[in-house]
Amino acid sequence: MRAQDSEAFKLGLRHGIPIMLGYLAVSFALGISARNAGLSVIQAGVASLTNMASAGEYAGFQVIRQDSGLIEMALMTLIANARYLLMSCALSQKLAPDLRTPHRLLLGMTVTDEMFALSVAAPGMLNPWYPYGMFAVSATGWTVGTMLGVVVGNALPARLVSALSVSLFGMFLAAIVPKARENRFIRGLILVSMALSGICYLLPGIGSLSSGMRVILLTVLISGAAAVIRPVDGEAGDAQ
Amino acid sequence: MRNNIWLYLAVMAGVTWLIRTLPLTLLRKPIKSRFIRSFLTYVPYVTLAVMTVPDIMLATDSVWAGALALIAGAALAWTGGSLLTVAAAASAVALIAGFIFK
Repeated sequence: MRAQDSEAFKLGLRHGIPIMLGYLAVSFALGISARNAGLSVIQAGVASLTNMASAGEYAGFQVIRQDSGLIEMALMTLIANARYLLMSCALSQKLAPDLRTPHRLLLGMTVTDEMFALSVAAPGMLNPWYPYGMFAVSATGWTVGTMLGVVVGNALPARLVSALSVSLFGMFLAAIVPKARENRFIRGLILVSMALSGICYLLPGIGSLSSGMRVILLTVLISGAAAVIRPVDGEAGDAQ
Repeated sequence: MRNNIWLYLAVMAGVTWLIRTLPLTLLRKPIKSRFIRSFLTYVPYVTLAVMTVPDIMLATDSVWAGALALIAGAALAWTGGSLLTVAAAASAVALIAGFIFK
């Protein structure tokens, strides 16, 4: 490791601390939904360490809970994590062209909303050791939090566990509502999505689809329609 | 027959990793298609919205407790509440409402 690499790694460790604290709380609620899907503490920990994705993991746990099959798992994961494709495209512009492939394969693990935001904002070309440092700290918080959620979820009364599981949806709301406030199109998009999802759940026929398939179909159809109605001009992910 | 959980976890981890890694290894260029860029921009909002409803209403014993938690969470997020505040408030409302709407 060169000197500047170890500097970058140490800076990453420091910047990872506030991310880790936030992750501890979010992943706790995720642990409860892992537990509800029948995952053991170890399985939940492995899921979190290898995915580092709140919506993606929640969606995946629903698929496991309903035992909807591996193809649905692959599709569901693809949809719930599709935004990382955009982030990685943006991040690829920050990498030195001669950065070796092993680094690129590892860097993929570090693209979460928070770490991406810091990596892409770092001055100059990205030294991969900076996100590695952030990952070392924040992935620990994420994994431990999920495992705690399973353990504590087993010990608490059912009513409290179900209330705590609602916090995960609170986090989803915190992720989409601020943008809905500033952007009228996205506001409408979110309301239409929620309404259609509720209606599809209640309708006979469509309602018998697994929840994963409902999410996949609705996301593809509604986002596709939105992309036709209101194409985006910006480079990556900035709706205006 | 129930699929093995480890098999599910392997698929989940593999797909997640590929999504994040392909642009860094093979693509290495911004996406040209305006439709695909727009589609990917909207996907997170739509997925999170359809994952929240109706699931939040089904997470508690009473549909109304979940509905109130949804309204409280959305209102707090609207007024600029942080991620943790919104999450905690939604939980608290669901818990309290759960005692009222048995």
